Amino acid sequence: MSTPLLEVVDLHAGYGAIEVLRGICVTVDEGEVVSLIGSNGAGKSTTLMSISQVVVPRRGDVRLAGESLIGLRPDEVIARGLVQVPEGRRVFARMTVLENLRMGAYLRRDADAIARDLRHVWELFPVMEERKSQLAGTLSGGEQQMLAIGRSLMSRPRLLMMDEPSMGIAPILVSRIFEAISRLNREGMTIFLVEQNARRALGLSRNGYVMETGRIAFSGPASALLGDPRVQSAYLGA
Amino acid sequence: MFDFEVLVQQLITGLSNGMIIALIAIGYTMVYGIIELINFAHGDVFMLGAFFALTLMGVLGMESWGPGGQAVGVAAMLVGSALFCGALNWSLDRVAYRALRRSSKLALLVSAIGCSFICMNLGLFWGGLPMDVFAGGVAAAAPKDFPALVPQVNLLGESFIRITPADALVFAVTIPLMVALTLMVNRTNLGRAMRAVAQDPVAASLMGIPVDRVIGATFFIGGALGGFASVVYSLYNNTIGFQMGTRAGLDAFTAAVLGGIGSLPGAVLGGLTIGCVRAMSDQYLETRWTNTIVFCILVLILIFRPSGILGSSRKEKV
Ligand SMILES: Nc1ncnc2c1ncn2[C@@H]1O[C@H](COP(=O)(O)OP(=O)(O)OP(=O)(O)O)[C@@H](O)[C@H]1O
Ligand SMILES: [Mg+2]
Repeated sequence: MSTPLLEVVDLHAGYGAIEVLRGICVTVDEGEVVSLIGSNGAGKSTTLMSISQVVVPRRGDVRLAGESLIGLRPDEVIARGLVQVPEGRRVFARMTVLENLRMGAYLRRDADAIARDLRHVWELFPVMEERKSQLAGTLSGGEQQMLAIGRSLMSRPRLLMMDEPSMGIAPILVSRIFEAISRLNREGMTIFLVEQNARRALGLSRNGYVMETGRIAFSGPASALLGDPRVQSAYLGA
Repeated sequence: MFDFEVLVQQLITGLSNGMIIALIAIGYTMVYGIIELINFAHGDVFMLGAFFALTLMGVLGMESWGPGGQAVGVAAMLVGSALFCGALNWSLDRVAYRALRRSSKLALLVSAIGCSFICMNLGLFWGGLPMDVFAGGVAAAAPKDFPALVPQVNLLGESFIRITPADALVFAVTIPLMVALTLMVNRTNLGRAMRAVAQDPVAASLMGIPVDRVIGATFFIGGALGGFASVVYSLYNNTIGFQMGTRAGLDAFTAAVLGGIGSLPGAVLGGLTIGCVRAMSDQYLETRWTNTIVFCILVLILIFRPSGILGSSRKEKV
C-alpha cells in the first residue's frame, strides 16, 4: 500500500487551558475527497488549524506524503502544498478580487504557471473575472467563498482543506460551490472537506469521519455513513 | 497691523517641520496598522538616529570636507541613520515584541514603554562619550550642537521670506520617500503582504505569507523612515539631545492619531497639521504653550473622534 497523502495521527491540541482535540486520526489518500462532519464546537476547525500548524499541536503527528509537518510555520506548510480555505472565508476585504488571488500565489515565482492558474480560476468561477477589480469586502457571501477557494487554488495545493464552504450562503450558490468541489476533484485535486451539510459532503466523498467533542466517534465509507442510523439522526435530519 | 509675511514664513517653517513629523508619524502608523501596537520606542529610535548621524559626522570629520564633500556627507548620514534605525527597530520587534504576539495588547504596550526608556538611556550614555562632537562628553545630558552642513542662505535672495537649503532638503528627502513608500505598499509583493497581514494575520499565514518576517520588515521600514527623519531634523534644527525623541514622538503620535492611526495619507496630513499648529502657536501665542496645545489636540481627538480625520470604522491600515 502506498503512503497516504495526509496522515493525522493521535492529534492533540487546544487553546490555553482548554483541551479541544483529544487524539484525532484521519487518513486521506491521493485523489480522494474525504469529509469530516460533526456538530458545532466538536473541534473540526481546530483540527484543520492544527493540521495547518496555525494552532500548534500538543501531541501526535501530521504527515504530508510521509513527511511530518510538526514544528513548521504555517507558511512552510503552505509551501509544501497543504492549503486551507478557512472557515468564514476570510478574504482580504480591503483588497480587490485580483489582489486576493495574487496573495494566494505569494510564494510562487513561476509567472506563466500563475497566469494559467488564474485562467483556471476564471473558468471555475466566471463571476470572479467580472469582479476582478472590485473590493472583496463588497462581494456577496457566496462570491467571497468562490474567491476564498480561488485564492487557495492559486497556491497550487497538493491537498486542499475546506472548512464549511457552504456556511451562510444562498442555496443556489451552495450548489455552485459543491459543483466546483466535485469538478476540482475530477481534475485530480485531493480534498479534505469539513461540512455541516453532511448529505452533500458525504455524497461527494469516498470516506467520511464523524467527530464528537474532540474525538473521531466513527468513520467509514461515505455510502455506509449515509445509511448509518447514528449519522441519519444526528446530521441528516432523518 | 497683521503682518502677512510673518504668517507665510511661519507656514513655511510649519510645513517643513510638518513633513519631518509626518515621516516619524508614518513609523507609528505602519506598526499600529500591522500589529495594533503603539510603538512608544519609535521616538527614541528617531533620537538615536540623530546621535548616530552626529557620531558618523565626527568620526569621518565631515565638517572639513568642503561643500561637495558635505553633500556626500549628508547622503551618507541619511543612508547610515536609516539603516541604523531600521535595524534597531527591527531588533526591538525581534527581542521585545515578537514573543508577546499572542499575549494581551497591554503586555506589548508595557514592553514598548520599557524599550522607550532603554533607548532614551542609551542616548544619554551615548551623549557622554568622549568625542569632540559631543563636546568631549563633558555633560552627557546637555543638548549637542549639530553642525549645519547645509548652508543657511536664503534661496529667495534678498526677499523677507526665507526659504533655506535646509527647507529644500526637508522636502527633497521626505516627498520622494513618501511616494516610494506608497508605491511599495500598493504595488509590490511585500506591500500587498503587509496589507494582508494588517487585515487578517491568520488568513495571511494560510496564504503562505511569513507573517513574522513581514512584521519585521514593517518595523525595519518604519524605523528607517525615522532614521531619515532624524538626519533631516538635525540638519534643520542644529541641536539634538537624548530627550528629543519624547517631544518628536508626541508630535508624531498626535499626527498619526489626528490623521487616523493606521492610515498613511492620514499620517502625512496629520504631520503637516501639527507642524503648522506648532509654528502658529510659537508665533502668535508663546512657545511654552505649544506642547500643551499639541497634547490638548491629542486628548480632544481621542475623546471626540478616535478614528481621526481619514480613519473611519473601516479604516485603511498600513
Ligand atoms: N481561539 C480559541 N480560543 C479558545 N477556545 C476556542 C478557540 N477556538 C475554538 N475554541 C473552542 O474550541 C472548541 C472547538 O471549536 P472549533 O471551532 O474547532 O469547532 P467546530 O467543530 O469547527 O465548530 P463549528 O461547527 O461551529 O465551526 C469550541 O469549544 C470552541 O469554543
Ligand atoms: Mg468550525
